[in-house]
Amino acid sequence: MPLYLTDEQAMLRDTARDFVAEHAPVSHMRALRDAGDSTGFSRGLWRQFAELGLTGILIPEAQGGLGLGHVEAGVVLEEIGRNLSPSPFLATAVGAVEALKGSAHADRWFPGIVAGETVAALAIDEGAKHNGRIAMRAERSGNGFRLSGTKQFVAHGHVADLLIVAARTEGGTTLFALPRDTAGLTVTPERLADAGIAARLTFDGVEVDADAVIGEVDRGDAPLARMLAGGRVGASAELLGVGGGAMDRTVSYLKERKQFGQPIGSFQALQHRAAHLYSEMEVARAAVLKAQQLLDAGDPGATDAVSVAKAMTSLATTLAVQEGIQMHGGIGMTDEYDIGFYMKRARVLAELFGDANFHADALARAAGY
Amino acid sequence: MAEDPETFRTETRSWLEANCPPAMREPMRSDKDATWGGRNPSFAHPDQKVWMDRMGARGWTVPDWPREYGGGGLSAAETKILREEMARLRCRNPLNSFGISMLGPALLKYGTEAQKLEHLPKIARGEIRWCQGYSEPNAGSDLAGLQTSAEDMGDHFLVNGQKVWTSYADEADWIFCLVRTDRTTKQGGISFLLFDMASEGVSTKPILLISGYSPFCETFFDNVKVPKANLLGDLNKGWDVAKYLLGHEREMISGMGLGGSGGNALVEGALRTIGADEGGRLADPLLRAQIALFEVRARAFAAMSERFIDELKAGRAHPAQPSMMKYYGTELNKTRHELVMAAGGSDALEWESEASNHGATPRAWLRTKANSIEGGTSEIQLNIIAKRILELPS
Ligand SMILES: Cc1cc2nc3c(=O)[nH]c(=O)nc-3n(C[C@H](O)[C@H](O)[C@H](O)COP(=O)(O)OP(=O)(O)OC[C@H]3O[C@@H](n4cnc5c(N)ncnc54)[C@H](O)[C@@H]3O)c2cc1C
Repeated sequence: MPLYLTDEQAMLRDTARDFVAEHAPVSHMRALRDAGDSTGFSRGLWRQFAELGLTGILIPEAQGGLGLGHVEAGVVLEEIGRNLSPSPFLATAVGAVEALKGSAHADRWFPGIVAGETVAALAIDEGAKHNGRIAMRAERSGNGFRLSGTKQFVAHGHVADLLIVAARTEGGTTLFALPRDTAGLTVTPERLADAGIAARLTFDGVEVDADAVIGEVDRGDAPLARMLAGGRVGASAELLGVGGGAMDRTVSYLKERKQFGQPIGSFQALQHRAAHLYSEMEVARAAVLKAQQLLDAGDPGATDAVSVAKAMTSLATTLAVQEGIQMHGGIGMTDEYDIGFYMKRARVLAELFGDANFHADALARAAGY
Repeated sequence: MAEDPETFRTETRSWLEANCPPAMREPMRSDKDATWGGRNPSFAHPDQKVWMDRMGARGWTVPDWPREYGGGGLSAAETKILREEMARLRCRNPLNSFGISMLGPALLKYGTEAQKLEHLPKIARGEIRWCQGYSEPNAGSDLAGLQTSAEDMGDHFLVNGQKVWTSYADEADWIFCLVRTDRTTKQGGISFLLFDMASEGVSTKPILLISGYSPFCETFFDNVKVPKANLLGDLNKGWDVAKYLLGHEREMISGMGLGGSGGNALVEGALRTIGADEGGRLADPLLRAQIALFEVRARAFAAMSERFIDELKAGRAHPAQPSMMKYYGTELNKTRHELVMAAGGSDALEWESEASNHGATPRAWLRTKANSIEGGTSEIQLNIIAKRILELPS
């Protein structure tokens, strides 16, 4: 398969690009923030995503979705990133769908996701750094389980309808699908630097039915790995959008802004840095598409490729937003100007599901050093 | 494509297995193991010749060139399969050649039928070795400032002047050379000539490099007679040919970023010198981190290279994209060799010992420093990206 978008994928990208730019440009996010909105995103916009079929992008056609792959989901996420649109797309349409795919829970939750009514949140991390370790316990109790432990950095966790929770059971890892209003669960929303909201969840002996288990007890590693791979490659695509958006704004500014009687973009020192940034972003873009294609093909090389994509996009986009602010000069530091939002969003996404160091380390371990 | 890809793959695999000598499946130990062909070829191992000849006879040294010019006549998809199968068996490149990677594409685009028929098959079979006469003492990055002249003498050109940094000029059979045919304009007065290095009036003088080798030369032309038929492209339009060829040169050089050995060789070296901690990880945690982060970029660049080739084949690549590939690939390759040196410690410093294969490691490290100079420096590539891709103002 060639490493560029097919005509159909490019068409989908154009549709997503027009739609997101029109309905959820950066000003949409700014308005939500300024209004002190406590949801963190717009439910109305989520339903509009559904009208285009996008919420079911990874859901099989037989279950009402579009039956497409990670390349297509990434095309949408890149536009979300470019416009900094607050959206439950990554957690719901990618993460939760990947976790539930092929399980009994799919029938229960997919219709709501397809309809744009259901929002999901992924409860994985237990500390400030994603490290893949799960300490949360799920002990047998009656004909169900009793959950104890805490989760953090759960995007939309305070308003989600569905929570996907990973816990340790006697013989391994088990993944649970819970309604958020499950009794005994304490949810504390925390606003993040990018104005998004992520929750801390405290499970203090929360009782759940056995049928909350996704797939089989002790066999949660497979759906968890699927969910994480989708989440990581999806976050990489969103990072590409954030970095690309920041870079495009910066390059335009270099052409517009005059100092010393000429556009600042004519100064070679800035030209070289912009050209270097462009190169990093292009390389990151190739890494993302490679990972998406391998994931869609079920290739065993996908795990490494996903780590490369997440690490590379974190590095490239971090550079894009840093250069973005620096090259904008003083105006880049103002809240009124949008470039700063890019920096904040990039930081959040860089942390999500493992940062560049985490994924570089994963590659090293996989290679045996 | 004549047959279905899986059949082609199976047949290719068995042909390679039967025909690639085992010695040609071993990694090269140093630059000297490369095969360059030419009128007076030198081979460090007899199988180099066997392998070059077998591949050349099939046209597989240049798989996607047309058959009538000595190529393999393969489609893009078949060429990709051949490369994949060669990589799977770890087959060495059968022939290193500026003819293949630089002049060939320019001949295919700008050559007359007679020029193509004369030169391309010899390039494909490794019979003629070419060198590149672009740079001059006062025309490096500012290449169009070149002064070597070719005077129209009716039936031939008379060439006078000096080139510098001409790689392998002393071992090459022919040169492709930029000459000035009009002094009144800069770019518009350059022509592209092909001529035999054995012509009267051509002389070369090797230049010693920091690696201790002298792979390139000063090249002098003193009243060299060049037949008019050896003009490639139109008179005074040589700059177009030169730029087209540079695009291919940059592509070739960017391939170095992919590195023959990959990150694993780096790690093996480091584990030998530094050892592992109790957890089995490289005992120098900072070096381990540097290698791991390098690996991220190297693998991402491998994806970029694949994408670039796919886009080129489909005619979708930006014409200035080779500059980005060259810039990124060469900087990456320099980083790789810095890490090789860091991992190797004092073992990697041995310059002459048998064990070090005559200092292959430090000499290769030093050689990579040229990657971001030859074929246009990194700074020049960044200028091109800024102007032609990002369209920043001058
Ligand atoms: C190993 C090796 C093999 C080579 N093989 C060949 C060959 O076979 N044939 C051939 O013709 N040539 C060959 N070259 C020559 C090569 O193409 C030139 O060295 C190269 O183009 C740079 O020119 P220069 O050395 O004159 O450097 P200069 O042009 O003098 O550059 C010096 C420094 O100034 C910087 N600089 C120059 N102009 C600008 C600008 N506008 N903006 C910013 N920075 C600038 C450069 O980037 C560099 O850092 C080879 C070089 C090497 C090192």
